[in-house]
Amino acid sequence: MKLGRVIGTVVSTKKLEAFAGEKFLIVQPLSENLEPDGEPLVANDTQQAGPGQLVTYIGGREATIPLGEPFNPSDAAITGIVDEVATE
Amino acid sequence: MKFAEVAGTVVATKKDAKMEGIPFLLLRDLTVGNQPAGGYVVASDPLGADRGEVVLYSTGSSARQTAITKDRPNDAVILAVVDTWEVEGRVIYRKDEDDR
Repeated sequence: MKLGRVIGTVVSTKKLEAFAGEKFLIVQPLSENLEPDGEPLVANDTQQAGPGQLVTYIGGREATIPLGEPFNPSDAAITGIVDEVATE
Repeated sequence: MKFAEVAGTVVATKKDAKMEGIPFLLLRDLTVGNQPAGGYVVASDPLGADRGEVVLYSTGSSARQTAITKDRPNDAVILAVVDTWEVEGRVIYRKDEDDR
């Protein structure tokens, strides 16, 4: 998983049935120091994350797992809302 | 997932038998700021997206997880046609105002 920040929202009415009722959010990947790191991407969100929130997200085939319909082609999904990151 | 604009169609008559019947579209990648990102991809299209529309597509083995791409040698698939998106509270794209 990686850390990211929710920076935007996407609205789509014409989409695959597997994504019905699901939200797409725009996520800015972050470094371990929580600085922007790389190009933003779009992830589906089952955690009701909101703009500005720090989240964990996952890429690849594993991103298909969080959705209720397991047969979906997601390649990026938000998996949690981060409360705290502590490093030494 | 990434944003891309539908730039055209791709037709291949001679192809892997497992690719029969799948419509292919040529997608031009967009940044989240709605600028050309410089790349392109040929993606399978289960939704019937039109030229000029902005879509979300996914890549890798996830892209085999649709009815038309299941068990096919496919690594990019369209999963949504975008109506609007916003970043930092600012509307970046609105389909009904798109003049491209």
